[in-house]
Amino acid sequence: MPTDRPNAAELVEAVREFLSDHIAPNVEGQLAFHTRVAINALAIVERTIAQGGAMDAAELDRLKDLLDRDGNLEDLNEELSRAIRAGEMDDRKEALLAHLRQTSEDKIALANPRYLTKRG
Amino acid sequence: MVEAVQNPDLTADQQLADVLRDRLASEYGDGTEIEGLVRLSGGASRETWSFDALKPDGGRQPLILKRDPMDRQVDKTFEGVPEGRLAVDRLTEGRLIQLAGAAGTPAPTVPFFLSADEHTTPGFFTHRLEGEALGRRILREDAYANARPKLAFQIGHAAACFHGLDLDTLPEMRGLPAAEELLHYRTIMDSFQQPHAGFEYGFRWLRERLEAAGNRYTLNHGDFRNGNILVDENGLAGVLDWESAHLGNPSADLGWMCVRSWRYGYHDKVVGGFGDVTELLDGYEAGGGGRISPDEIHFWQVFGTLRWGILCMILGFTHLDGEQRSVEYAAIGRRAAETEHDLMLLLD
Repeated sequence: MPTDRPNAAELVEAVREFLSDHIAPNVEGQLAFHTRVAINALAIVERTIAQGGAMDAAELDRLKDLLDRDGNLEDLNEELSRAIRAGEMDDRKEALLAHLRQTSEDKIALANPRYLTKRG
Repeated sequence: MVEAVQNPDLTADQQLADVLRDRLASEYGDGTEIEGLVRLSGGASRETWSFDALKPDGGRQPLILKRDPMDRQVDKTFEGVPEGRLAVDRLTEGRLIQLAGAAGTPAPTVPFFLSADEHTTPGFFTHRLEGEALGRRILREDAYANARPKLAFQIGHAAACFHGLDLDTLPEMRGLPAAEELLHYRTIMDSFQQPHAGFEYGFRWLRERLEAAGNRYTLNHGDFRNGNILVDENGLAGVLDWESAHLGNPSADLGWMCVRSWRYGYHDKVVGGFGDVTELLDGYEAGGGGRISPDEIHFWQVFGTLRWGILCMILGFTHLDGEQRSVEYAAIGRRAAETEHDLMLLLD
């Protein structure tokens, strides 16, 4: 990936700051709401760039263990979904749940980390 | 109240004002005027307007109009799901609010309807009630400190009232027993062709416990949650937004009220962030709905959590499929992660 700085993460950050500092204070109503939504979406992208690679690697390791086979993330997730639906994971429920819980924690850490702590 | 939003199209407002003057003249008399017409936010797929009618006799009636959107329809269809989303049209919605109110559910008065013609989509009017509908404010503001401890019981009571409506008295509407409703959302998820192990586990968990769902079949509000109730300082003032009404298991409404997403962080209060399940069930029993087991509520709480996840996916894919490009829908698509997280807390 040939690139100069600012890199992808830094560009997304720049756009988010622009929306946050210069657009959000100057709009109201529906446009203000959608601006906040856009700012949050860019923050998801920033967290994904920063943490997504390590999460993918750990998820792939877990899936290989759980399914006892090799493959890429997409194939193994498809296989896991099929196996759960077919009842083939019923005898490995604890290991399955541990994987699903870790996966959902990682997803929320990217999508909306404040969901776990925010009140009101 | 819900926040007002700017409407960029003033001529549309003008056109609506003409429609309203015309319609209200036939109810309140010639010369009825419209004051303070403003569009309320909350729901991109419907138009909700607030205004006062100034009657020729000098009286003032605060009103809400809810009608189908003039510009577009965003009811998504799905491969293999002939009925699309479970929902009712505006005339049915207004009629259901009337029936629920007559059955003892706090609900706004629906005095008359708006028929579709070349100037307007169909809709219905309600007398505007005072109170707060925003879930966060209901949980946070001092004004509702005395209301909050009563709400779970009152909501259970209100649900028992409209769940008790005789099916023969209801307008024609769609419905699905529990097993078929589960299949309904299963088919919708499959139509997106995005493998989702967490939701698969949720579907399997539910399918194996279907006997816990119970077998009653009644009117369902369909979106019975903190956010669709109007609250004043005395507690529940009205049950709002009946557009997702359908026939199904009544505990689906109660379980939906317990989904974590509308607790806004007040997770120790399972019911809407303001109450306990026991209070909800006590109110339900007091309203004539019978005693529902905690297991049945748990089943429907899991079902509701999964259903909200699928609904998030629907909006995400409404954007992705190009039916309605929207940064809001795109962002809601990722809120499925919140429901997946909640699901994992509920499942064993």
